[in-house]
Amino acid sequence: MTISDPKSLSDSVATAAPILDVRNLETHFFTDAGVVRGVDGVTFSVARGETLGIVGESGSGKSVTARSLMRLLDDNSRIVGGEIRFQGRDVLAMSPDELRQMRGNAMSMVFQDPMTSLNPVLRIARQMAETMTAHGRLDETQAMARSVSLLGRMGITAPERAINSYPHQFSGGMRQRVMLAIGFSNEPALLIADEPTTALDVTIQAQILDLLAELNRDFGTSIILISHALGVIASVCQRVIVMYAGEIVEEGLTADVLADPRHPYTWALINAVPRIDQEPGASKKLITIDGLPPDPLQRTVGCRFEARCPFRIDKCGEHPALETIAPERRARCWVTKDGSRLSPVAAAPMPQAAAGTEKSPKARQTEPLLAVRGLVKHFALPREELFGKQKVVHAIDGVDLDIMPGETVGMVGESGCGKSTFARLAARIHEPTDGSIKFAGHEIAQASAAEIRPLRRRMQMVFQDPYSSLNPRMTIGEILAEPLQFHGLTKTAVETRGRIGELLGQVGLAPNMADRYPHEFSGGQRQRVSIARALALEPEFIIADEPISSLDVNIQAQILNLMIDLQERLGLTYLFIAHDLAVVRHICDRIVVLYLGRIVEIAPAHELFAASQHPYTRYLISSVPIPDADAERLRKRLPLQGEPPSAVNPPSGCRFRTRCPIARPVCAVEPPPPLVQAGGRPTGHVVACHFPGQF
Amino acid sequence: MSSAAAEAGLATISPAAKRSRWLRRYGLATFGAFIIVGWIVVAICAPWLTIHSPVTVDVTARLKPPSALHLLGTDVLGRDVFSRLIHGARISLFTGIVVVLVSAAIGVLVGGVAAFARGRVEELMMRTTDLVFCFPPIILAMAIAAVLGIGTTNTIIAMLVVWWPKFARLARSLIMVQRSLEYVEAAIVMGLTPRRILFRHMFPNCIGPLIVLVTLDVGNAIITFAGLSFLGLGVVPPTPEWGSMVSEGRELIEQWWVATFPGLAILTVVLGFNFLGDGIRDWLDPRARRR
Repeated sequence: MTISDPKSLSDSVATAAPILDVRNLETHFFTDAGVVRGVDGVTFSVARGETLGIVGESGSGKSVTARSLMRLLDDNSRIVGGEIRFQGRDVLAMSPDELRQMRGNAMSMVFQDPMTSLNPVLRIARQMAETMTAHGRLDETQAMARSVSLLGRMGITAPERAINSYPHQFSGGMRQRVMLAIGFSNEPALLIADEPTTALDVTIQAQILDLLAELNRDFGTSIILISHALGVIASVCQRVIVMYAGEIVEEGLTADVLADPRHPYTWALINAVPRIDQEPGASKKLITIDGLPPDPLQRTVGCRFEARCPFRIDKCGEHPALETIAPERRARCWVTKDGSRLSPVAAAPMPQAAAGTEKSPKARQTEPLLAVRGLVKHFALPREELFGKQKVVHAIDGVDLDIMPGETVGMVGESGCGKSTFARLAARIHEPTDGSIKFAGHEIAQASAAEIRPLRRRMQMVFQDPYSSLNPRMTIGEILAEPLQFHGLTKTAVETRGRIGELLGQVGLAPNMADRYPHEFSGGQRQRVSIARALALEPEFIIADEPISSLDVNIQAQILNLMIDLQERLGLTYLFIAHDLAVVRHICDRIVVLYLGRIVEIAPAHELFAASQHPYTRYLISSVPIPDADAERLRKRLPLQGEPPSAVNPPSGCRFRTRCPIARPVCAVEPPPPLVQAGGRPTGHVVACHFPGQF
Repeated sequence: MSSAAAEAGLATISPAAKRSRWLRRYGLATFGAFIIVGWIVVAICAPWLTIHSPVTVDVTARLKPPSALHLLGTDVLGRDVFSRLIHGARISLFTGIVVVLVSAAIGVLVGGVAAFARGRVEELMMRTTDLVFCFPPIILAMAIAAVLGIGTTNTIIAMLVVWWPKFARLARSLIMVQRSLEYVEAAIVMGLTPRRILFRHMFPNCIGPLIVLVTLDVGNAIITFAGLSFLGLGVVPPTPEWGSMVSEGRELIEQWWVATFPGLAILTVVLGFNFLGDGIRDWLDPRARRR
C-alpha cells in the first residue's frame, strides 16, 4: 500500500530524464581546527516522480548534502566543487534571485523539528499563503482557498478552522502536516524531507510516511527522504543511498539493498536494528561495529570504513571507488567489487555472550521487587483565571504493576502517555498524588527523602538525554566519585579512584577517561558514563528512561548489548522505557502498554507480538516500519487515526474509545474491567478492554 | 617515523601557538586585571603618591588648569584634583566592590533557594523580591540612609537593601533552567541532599552569567554611590569620592578637567571589571577552556 508496483517504478526510473543530477559534490566546513570535508565527492541523480532515501549515521553528511542542493548552508560551510543540475539548470551558478525563485517553488524542504520550523507568532494561514503569493502564483484569496484544501488533503480535520490557529495550538504531528502542506503548496518538482518523522511517535510517523507516499503518487513529486532509520526508508523509498563519512558507500533499489547489502557498513546498519517481526535469537546480542567514524579533520588514505570493518582484506588500505556491481547497484567496497555478496560467515567473529549465561531463574521468586498499586499522579496546571477551576493533567491515573527480581519489563506508549512520569514516580523523583509504591518491601510512595536515602543504593536510573544527564562542570571521575563518597562506599581517594576505573571498565571505557569532561565524549560514550554512574551504588534495580532513543543505530545496539551483558553479570532488574517496540521486544521479558496514564495491556514479550488483545497494542505494533521492503509491502498497515486526546480531560469510560475502531456505547460509559487475564489462562497476559481480542 | 616527526613538529610549533591562543582568550582579561590591581595599589598607597592634601581648600588657586604643580588641575575650592582622585579610589572601589559582592551573595542565596524549593517558599521569597524591586533604588536608599543617618557605612547598608533583588531574580531563573536538566534528577536518584545538589551541582553551572552581572555592576554601584553622595547621603564633604567629584564638575564646561578625570577613573574601573569578568567566565567553563 505504501509502495507502488516496483516494476513500473524501475521502468519510469529508466526512461525519464533525471530532474536532479548531482556530480562530485564537495561541501566543506571551515572550522578553527581545520577543514572538515562534510560532503566529499557525492554523485547521484533523482528521476521525475522517484523517491530516493539517504541513510547514514549522524555526521555522515546526509543533511549537508540535502542543504547543499538548496544552497542553504551555514556561513562556515561552502560548496567547493562539483555540479548540481536541477531541471537542467546549474544550481551553483544561480544568482540569489534565481535561488529564491527555485526555493519553495520548484524545490522545497521539510525539516526535522516541526516544533521550531513554523514561526510561532504568525497564524498558519499567513505562513501557508505566503509561500504561494511570494512566488506570484496566486493572489491572497486564491492562496487562502488553496491552503484550506491543502490542509484537508494533509489529513487535518476541519481545515477552515485549523488554518486560523497559531502553531502552538497544534501537536508535533499536525505541525509536520502543515510543513508538508507548505512544502507541496507550489507543486514542487522535488521535495526534500530531512528526518521528517524523527521527532514524532511511531503512530504519527506511520501516518506521515503514508502521507508522503500518497503525495508522491498523486502529485508525481520526486522526494528525497533523509533518515537514520532503514525502516522509514523502506516504507517510502524506491531507491536508497547509504552515506558514510561524507561519501556514498552504496546505492541501489531499496529492496535489493536491504535484502542483500553489498557494503559492510550497510550490512552493519541493517543488523544493528532488532526487527519487530522476528523473535530474538538465543543470544540477545545485536551485531555492532566497533569504533567511531574517522575523524573528519584527518584525511584517510584507504577505505574510510576499514578500521571498523569486519570483512576487511589487505586491499582495503587503498581507497575503493564507487563502482557498478550489478544493474542499478553501486557499492564502494573491494570485497564486493566483483559482484560477490557479503556473507556473514566471512565476518570476524562477533563478541558472543558467554555460554551458559541463561537468565537465572530468579524471576521465579514470588516477592516482587517493585509493587505499584493504584498509582496516581496529577500535575496542576497554572490557573487561567484567579478564581478559575484548577485544571490538572492526569499523567498517571491508576496503575498497578509488579516487577519481579531479575526481570526486564518494557514500558511503551505514545509520548504523553505517562511512561516517563511513571519512571520518575518509581524512582521517587516526583511524589505520587495517590497510591502505593513498594520497593523491596518498603513503602516509599509518601516517604521522606531521608527515609528513601538508604534505598537509593538499590534503585538507580539511566536517563534519556546523554547531553543533559551529566553535569558539564564535573569531570567523569568527579561524577562517578559523587555517589561513592556520599554513601561512604569508598573511604580513601585511592580506593575511590580504583572503583571509578573498575566502573569505567565495566561499561567499556578506559580508566584514564576519568579526568575528562563530558563534552569531550560522544553521545554513546556519555550514555556509558551515565550507566556507570547508575552502577556505582551496586543497585539491584535500574530504571532506564528511553536510554537509547537519542543515539545512532549502531550505538543503540552497543548500549543494548552492554545493558544485556550487565544484566547477565550482575543480575540486574530493569524497567526499560522506550517508544521503539522492536527494541523492547528484543530485550524485555514482559511488556506493559500504557495509554493516557493507564495500562491497557501487559503480556510476555513473545505473546504480546503474537497475540495482542488490545486494539491499541495492535495499532502500535503495526505502525513500526520494518527495514525490509518485501515485508513492508506484504504487511497491511493499520491506520490509527488522530492523536491521543488531552490528558487534562481524558475521555470517559475507556480512554482509547475515541480512536478505537471497535468501540461501542458501553465503552463511553464504563471503564474497562481492570486487567482481566486474556484467554482465561494464567499466562501473565492481562488486558483492559471490554472486547479483548475482537479487533 | 611519521608520528615522531609530527611530535617534533608539535613541539616546535606548540608554545608559540599556545601563547597566541592564550593571549586571544585571556589577553583582555589580563589587561582588565592589571587595571583593577593597579587601582587597588593606588588606593592603598594614596598618601605616598600625592603631595597635596585632598581636602585642603585654597581659594586663591581655584579652577586652575592642569599644570606641573597641580597635575590634573584644581576644583572650585582650589583642591588638587589629582590628590582627590587618588584618595577617592579608596572609597569608590571599596563601596562598589562590597555592595555588589554582598548583595550578590544575598541575592543568589534567596533566588537559588526559592527556585529549588518551589511552592509557597518560592512565592514568598520572590514576591518579597518584587516588592523591593518596585521601589526606585535611589529613593529607597535615600529613605534608609535618612533613617540610619549619613555616613559611608550607612550608605552601604542602604544600597545593599535595594541591590540584591536583581541577583535573586537572575539566580532564580538560572537555577530553574538547571533544575529541569537530567543531571539534577540523577543527583536526586543518588539520594544526595538538596543542599549538596544546590551548592555542588547547580551553582557551578550558573556562575558564568552571575559573574558577568557582578563585574558589570561594580561600575553601576560606584555611580549610584556617587549619586547618593551628590544628594548629600553618601560621603560627608569634603571626603574625596569620584562620583561626587563628577557631580561637582558637571556644570563646569570650560574647566573640563574637574569632571573629566574622575569620569575617566570610573570608566577605567568599569572597563577593567568587564574584561576581567569575561575572562573569568571563560576560564570557569570547561567547554571553553579545553577547546
